[in-house]
Amino acid sequence: MNLPKPDLLIDKIFKKISSEIDKDTCLIGIPSGGSLIINELKKKIKGPVNYGLIDGSFYRDDLEISGIKLKEKTTSINFDIDKKKIILIDDVFYTGRTIRAAINEIFDFGRPKEIRLYVLINRKSNELPIQPNYSAIEIDAPKNIFINLTHENNNLIFSTNKINDESNNL
Amino acid sequence: MTNQIISNNSKINHLISTDDLNYESIIKIFDMAESFFKIGQRDIKKIPLLRGKTICNLFFENSTRTRTTFEIAAKRLSADVINLDIPTSSQSKGESIFDMVDNLIAMGTDIFVVRHPEAGVPNKIANHVASNIHIINGGDGSNAHPTQGLLDAFTIRKFKKNFSNLKIAIVGDIQHSRVAKSEINVLSTLGAKEIRVIGPKSLMPDNIDQLKVKVFHTMEEGLKDVDVVMMLRIQKERMNNDTIPSESEYFKSFGLNQKRLKIAKDNALVLHPGPINRGVEIESEVADGKQSAILNQVKYGIAIRMAVMAMMVGKK
Repeated sequence: MNLPKPDLLIDKIFKKISSEIDKDTCLIGIPSGGSLIINELKKKIKGPVNYGLIDGSFYRDDLEISGIKLKEKTTSINFDIDKKKIILIDDVFYTGRTIRAAINEIFDFGRPKEIRLYVLINRKSNELPIQPNYSAIEIDAPKNIFINLTHENNNLIFSTNKINDESNNL
Repeated sequence: MTNQIISNNSKINHLISTDDLNYESIIKIFDMAESFFKIGQRDIKKIPLLRGKTICNLFFENSTRTRTTFEIAAKRLSADVINLDIPTSSQSKGESIFDMVDNLIAMGTDIFVVRHPEAGVPNKIANHVASNIHIINGGDGSNAHPTQGLLDAFTIRKFKKNFSNLKIAIVGDIQHSRVAKSEINVLSTLGAKEIRVIGPKSLMPDNIDQLKVKVFHTMEEGLKDVDVVMMLRIQKERMNNDTIPSESEYFKSFGLNQKRLKIAKDNALVLHPGPINRGVEIESEVADGKQSAILNQVKYGIAIRMAVMAMMVGKK
């Protein structure tokens, strides 16, 4: 599958964010892809912004099927989110289930004014009434291909893997 | 052994003893506990992981701390909790433990935490139940107390990081202590540099030579250069009266006071599984002192118990 370089897409997302960021904006990445993007955005965005991570693993709907999975990066929100504008950042938007879990977890930290979702890739295959407010690119990909942002020799790349069990790893 | 950890999907079937927890499994539980510890620091200390599950604390022996922390752990995971305190003497209606367990399963119990004065009971129950029911040993006789062993090692890891440099002394009634056995197990699996046991000859188990520990019979020798001092409670309920002369005699020989703590390394950590017998095993000044991590153990205990329960749900 031909996918653009992640750096180009991160640049697009950066431009989008910098056009609207203000003192009440918080950027919260969803590990692991979203936290890699946050790392890049931190280098580009000037001025103080609250950065956080929301993992959502403990709020997922597929624990009975997949069991609990612990990511290397887990939830870390060390600021008050009440009345803030949260921009959730993820690498690939697929079914919307990860975002559902993340939003549920966010509300255990407070009541934000607004939550938006920005992603690098929108696969346009939501299974819930949830979709990104912004995506750097939209693609059509076969349902059994898992796409995610990862590291390779200090470069960000998209990796694509065929999955047998659809319910896994989404 | 029914105790089983499947490494690929972090699934625990039963936790009966620490015997067959390998290094990777213990680290997995610790990493999971790290996440759950963070949840305990939030304003809303509750996550929906075990929503709809029922956990039964089946305690045939008194406990405040262990039962309470299991209960809090389960509640923080959104499980429903049933607490049953059944003095063994009152199993008088003639119902066997298996019948009792079967009834509780019929009522919808998914996980049992079992404490029993007799060694082996949790294992027997684990062998009795179907594969979708999980058993956690909450302490059986003088045999094992796996979550306590795990939480003690987890506490040490929070303060000391690298086990391979650590000399750790366990002090007191090793013979009757299920805590000591589980601690020795976990710490040796984690690669502690040296594990020592300190106590009177009468309170050492017969098979002490088979455990990978150094045995000392005086505090003065045993505490020298140790990084961690793990005190044990004197288990009056498990002892014949003639094993120790008197509480004051015991404190004189094996109690931990400030003077003795100075024999250990400067920053040595002091642990105790509770409940503390102040003035019998440990002086108040030490128990409440700055080297004491006794209350940290309680907090970390909740996280460890959350981790173990959480790792029981999911793919069969």
